[in-house]
Amino acid sequence: MGKTLTEKIFETHEIDKPDEKTRVLTLDAVFCHEITTPIAINDLISRGKDRVFDPEKIKAVIDHVTPAKDTKTAAQGKIMREWARRHNIRDFFDIGRNGVCHALFPEQGFVRPGYTIIMGDSHTCTHGAFGAFAAGVGTTDLEVGILKGVCAFRMPETMKIEVTGTLPEGVYAKDVILKIIGELGVNGATNKVIEFTGPIVDAMSMEARMTLSNMAVEAGATSGIIMPDETTVDYLWPYIKDDFENKETALAEYRRWISDEDAAYADELHIDVSSLEPLVTVGYKPDNIKTVREAEGTVVDQVYIGSCTNGRIEDLREAARVLAGRKIADSVRGILSPATPSVYSKALEEGIIKIFMDSGFVVTNPTCGACLGMSNGVLAPGEVAASTTNRNFNGRMGKGGMVHLMSPATAAATAVAGHITNAPAAGEQGATNEKF
Amino acid sequence: MKNFNGRVLFLDRSDINTDEIIPAKYLTEISKEALAPHLLEDLELEGFTPGKDTEGISIIVTRENFGSGSSREHAPWALEMNGINMVVAVNFARIFRQNMFNGGMLAVELDPETIEELFQAFAGTECTGKTDFEKGTITFHTENGPAGSAVERTVSFDLYDFQRELIRAGGWVEYADSRY
Ligand code: SF4
Repeated sequence: MGKTLTEKIFETHEIDKPDEKTRVLTLDAVFCHEITTPIAINDLISRGKDRVFDPEKIKAVIDHVTPAKDTKTAAQGKIMREWARRHNIRDFFDIGRNGVCHALFPEQGFVRPGYTIIMGDSHTCTHGAFGAFAAGVGTTDLEVGILKGVCAFRMPETMKIEVTGTLPEGVYAKDVILKIIGELGVNGATNKVIEFTGPIVDAMSMEARMTLSNMAVEAGATSGIIMPDETTVDYLWPYIKDDFENKETALAEYRRWISDEDAAYADELHIDVSSLEPLVTVGYKPDNIKTVREAEGTVVDQVYIGSCTNGRIEDLREAARVLAGRKIADSVRGILSPATPSVYSKALEEGIIKIFMDSGFVVTNPTCGACLGMSNGVLAPGEVAASTTNRNFNGRMGKGGMVHLMSPATAAATAVAGHITNAPAAGEQGATNEKF
Repeated sequence: MKNFNGRVLFLDRSDINTDEIIPAKYLTEISKEALAPHLLEDLELEGFTPGKDTEGISIIVTRENFGSGSSREHAPWALEMNGINMVVAVNFARIFRQNMFNGGMLAVELDPETIEELFQAFAGTECTGKTDFEKGTITFHTENGPAGSAVERTVSFDLYDFQRELIRAGGWVEYADSRY
């Protein structure tokens, strides 16, 4: 019997098996941000164990609330900063270099096929797009990860989701993952790893794959994983070019990290996207999905484009295509948060920032910001947001607010109309269309 | 190993969730100690006064599905910071239970009949519990049982090997640090 990619990663990283179902794995990277890490740091200090297993394998960022908005968030940042300095954690990203963790760390080349990664953040599953096993964990697990570079997991089963057909124009990875979550339900993949495969996934860029993996947790999955291929190697090449003779040898090495043909899956789901339309969520659960046409006309107060789901350069390009030469509705507050400094500067170079600003958006620094309702665009009770983020729980962007999740193109069109609506077809899009 | 002996508080409700154990507004705290005064602050239960009734308590006995809702580890910490290292229930939400053991705390599951018997015999009395971890037993005792006389009852519980080891070590941090 063959093995799944996840089983292969577990096998090669196992150092202990404390009982039948539990595996203790060594970690290749531990990611940290300022919301969940400070309490772990303080606990380690109080136990007299203020150590780190390997400063090179720990990557840290202040991204959720930055610049700090009040005394408490300032204190969180201070604990991170001093800890990083004390332990010589060189890959520490503070103001000026910081961005949303799950966009920043892949962009820095920190994620490789076959890696095991944890972080005290539920969207750590994003990094599975590189063929890594990456999972969000609680504070004690994070603490042990920092201290010892190990983590205990229940051996997960794998659910295979094959995406086939042809992706219609104007339909994006975000729509595909919303469709999948709608099919599975919020608990449909609980305790499982979702393996995304099929020709549609093969044809996706790394950015689009990260959008898929990012929301695996919204169906309850421990992680979302995608087998590495040429696209993965191309993306990583600047960081690995000294390790391999050429891209072919890199690919040959990384192809160790694929599932065997005869691997056993707990479940399989086939999705043909040929007739998929742009989708949105309605209500407070991410599996409550409607087509944009069905939700058409829902009035929104704020449009947010950003986050670890859809704040990358491709996402900004898609939104800019719709916004070019248009103004957003007077009744709408448009907020763009490029996910990382490099996304921001690329968007500047390409004229995208100007398009957003001309259309009436405000552009913030790279941060999680409004995504979790902590800063930079909190909703008032009763207000409605169209958002490219990944969570629409009650109160997520502010107490009493409603969040509709959608793709960047749909969000941009919604900003222009003032209510949920589909982006116009390519031919009808803004003046600088050809440019992207 | 933590302390699993002392006064017992009975909470007669199922599905007590992590928001009731520690409200979300305290998640920005950067120390576990800061959680202590807010344990069970939002729990509305007849005869229960938050703050006062958890004072001096070491063990909680409750009904089903304790610790459901958000996965926040702040919930077991809020218990721990009040000296409560042990919860006895019919069952627990999965992540809450793991978080308890990760912290070297005991989440003991007993069948519904036993839990009912404990409520009948001890709820509302000055009850104490004494745990023999190696044997896997808890002895509940009160001087003023429902009939006016002293009552004592010993119950057994099972744990998985890994859970046992985590308790012996005092939690996952200590376990991992001594082992790997
Ligand atoms: S952008 Fe939102 S979902 Fe992503 S890490 Fe930040 S807060 Fe979490």
